[in-house]
Amino acid sequence: MSATTTEPGTAYVPAAEALSAVMAPGARPRRPSALSASITFGWRAMLKIKHVPEQLFDVTAFPIIMTLMFTYLFGGALAGSTTEYLQYLLPGIMVTSIVMITMYTGVAVNTDIEKGVFDRFRSLSIWRPAPMVGYILGDMFRYTVASLVILVVGLVLGFRPGGGVTGVLAGIALLIAFSFAFSWVWTMFGLLLRSEKSVMGVSMLVLFPLTFLSNVFVDPETMPGWLQVFVEVNPITHLVSAVRSLMGGTTDTGEVTLVLISSAVLVVVFGTLTMRLYNRK
Amino acid sequence: MSEHGAGPAIETSGLIKIFGKNRALDGLDLTVPAGTVYGVLGPNGAGKTTAVRILATLLRPDGGEARVFGHDIVRDADAVRGRVSLTGQFASVDEDMTGMENLVLIARLLGYRKPGARDRAAQLLEAFGLTDAADRQVKNFSGGMRRRLDIAASILNTPELLFLDEPTTGLDPRSRNQVWDIIRIVVAQGTTVMLTTQYLDEADRLAGRIAVIDHGKVIAEGTPGQLKASVGAGSVHVRLRDASQRPEAERVLSKALDAPVQLEADPVALTARVAGEGIEHAAAERAARALSELAAAGISVDDFSLGQPSLDEAFLALTGAPARADARTDHPATSEETAA
Ligand SMILES: Nc1ncnc2c1ncn2[C@@H]1O[C@H](COP(=O)(O)OP(=O)(O)O)[C@@H](O)[C@H]1O
Ligand SMILES: [Mg+2]
Repeated sequence: MSATTTEPGTAYVPAAEALSAVMAPGARPRRPSALSASITFGWRAMLKIKHVPEQLFDVTAFPIIMTLMFTYLFGGALAGSTTEYLQYLLPGIMVTSIVMITMYTGVAVNTDIEKGVFDRFRSLSIWRPAPMVGYILGDMFRYTVASLVILVVGLVLGFRPGGGVTGVLAGIALLIAFSFAFSWVWTMFGLLLRSEKSVMGVSMLVLFPLTFLSNVFVDPETMPGWLQVFVEVNPITHLVSAVRSLMGGTTDTGEVTLVLISSAVLVVVFGTLTMRLYNRK
Repeated sequence: MSEHGAGPAIETSGLIKIFGKNRALDGLDLTVPAGTVYGVLGPNGAGKTTAVRILATLLRPDGGEARVFGHDIVRDADAVRGRVSLTGQFASVDEDMTGMENLVLIARLLGYRKPGARDRAAQLLEAFGLTDAADRQVKNFSGGMRRRLDIAASILNTPELLFLDEPTTGLDPRSRNQVWDIIRIVVAQGTTVMLTTQYLDEADRLAGRIAVIDHGKVIAEGTPGQLKASVGAGSVHVRLRDASQRPEAERVLSKALDAPVQLEADPVALTARVAGEGIEHAAAERAARALSELAAAGISVDDFSLGQPSLDEAFLALTGAPARADARTDHPATSEETAA
């Protein structure tokens, strides 16, 4: 704030001609399409990453720690050898990390919505969901960065996917598509809850059971029956199976379809709830 | 604007907004003529921001009706959004982004293509004296620069109606003057401006008509001249050398000004309202006459001044009750006093 004493423009005197000239009603451009408005908000999210690059720290440090921790902590105990366990674990760790960082969407929405700039967005004549879609588009960039970071760490540690480049990319694409859909849960909570803290709290409450009570870390066969029932209906389980199959080169079309269907359901249900809250806010 | 003929820019009737048990708007009736600055004057918590947010389609009313250029703000919200712009009480620009990025963002959202958006943003930065700050993050802007950027974003597409919610609160006098000049130019271009303020003086300078609101209701409405006539032209503040002369001074003043005199907590101070005929000269003359009569009565005066009515005094005159305790009256322009 030291700039306030030597402001350029402090001596500014509003000039009638200059201001009248910029206000002269030229041809008004046509209202942007839904896609164009959403992409513009996505661009805003990218600019925010550029200006506040610390945001990327969360999405890179956390996955690296997760991967190292689970590989070395449990690898030996669970599979006898860390390299062997890694082939099973890495797709699951990638899914867990990305699904976990989707919650930052909710935090971002919650902190942004209270600011004056949101009033301006909401007073514009644009496709209503565009600001929300924009957040998620920006976050998809973060999901991509995080996925690639985990992949590189995995490759260094000895991950050798049977599906090759195509399989791995298909797996990441499916994961990001699901995360796009899942993020609508967080836009809803971001609008619904009062503070950033409560968004974080609810996120943990939802994410821990979803990611740990799944087939990420161990084969569900080893679990008690009642737990297997939950694991079986948990969408994360199916996402992990689908991604594992794509990366491993043994594509399970059934699981992939199931993931795409659950993504569509998530968008419809939570997208609708989000927009209802957004319009009422 | 011609398309709307002679209809008012804003018409509300019985607008109600309730937060919990708090009636932020309690039957607000406003008619804002097109093509002028309309001042909405009221203390903190009067309901100004709530009214603006409802009219800009950001909040839904709980009762009553409002039309903007004939479009219902609830049923026809999108038509309203296409015609209005909002500069909110708390900067409606993104702090993390640069001045240029903020304007390009809004330009894109209004439908400008990429090169067009940059050109338009550059034009506005230039006209608002912000070219040098174009690539600086807004969080490093001064209050005045931020306000200017905010207004620039609001006129990217010349709006038919511009809401300015307390645009000068917290600004230094120079920045305040810049904002006032900008508002005058914007109105001269045909845009209707609805300006909220806590400062009688600001509404007086800019607005063609003023509505005074309190507890979510209009308590007075009219031209600045009409309002000032009912409020009084101001008050004289007198400090005596000798506290023992105060009863005598009170008698002389109340006779000379033909108004009740208030004894302040300070034993040497008195205040009296000067009845207003809407002409400031008359007030100054009466005050001068009062001063000479004090001298003639042999009362030694240390300090004598004629002040513009503050919002507090205006409220006292209009409602018979002081403005609420949280009302701010420390605006430098309203305590500007002319020594006599
Ligand atoms: N979102 C809100 N939730 C609860 N109360 C609110 C909210 N917004 C405003 N209020 C209350 O409504 C009243 C009017 O507020 P506001 O319109 O902001 O007044 P002003 O802008 O004139 O200062 C105040 O009592 C304020 O506390
Ligand atoms: Mg306010």
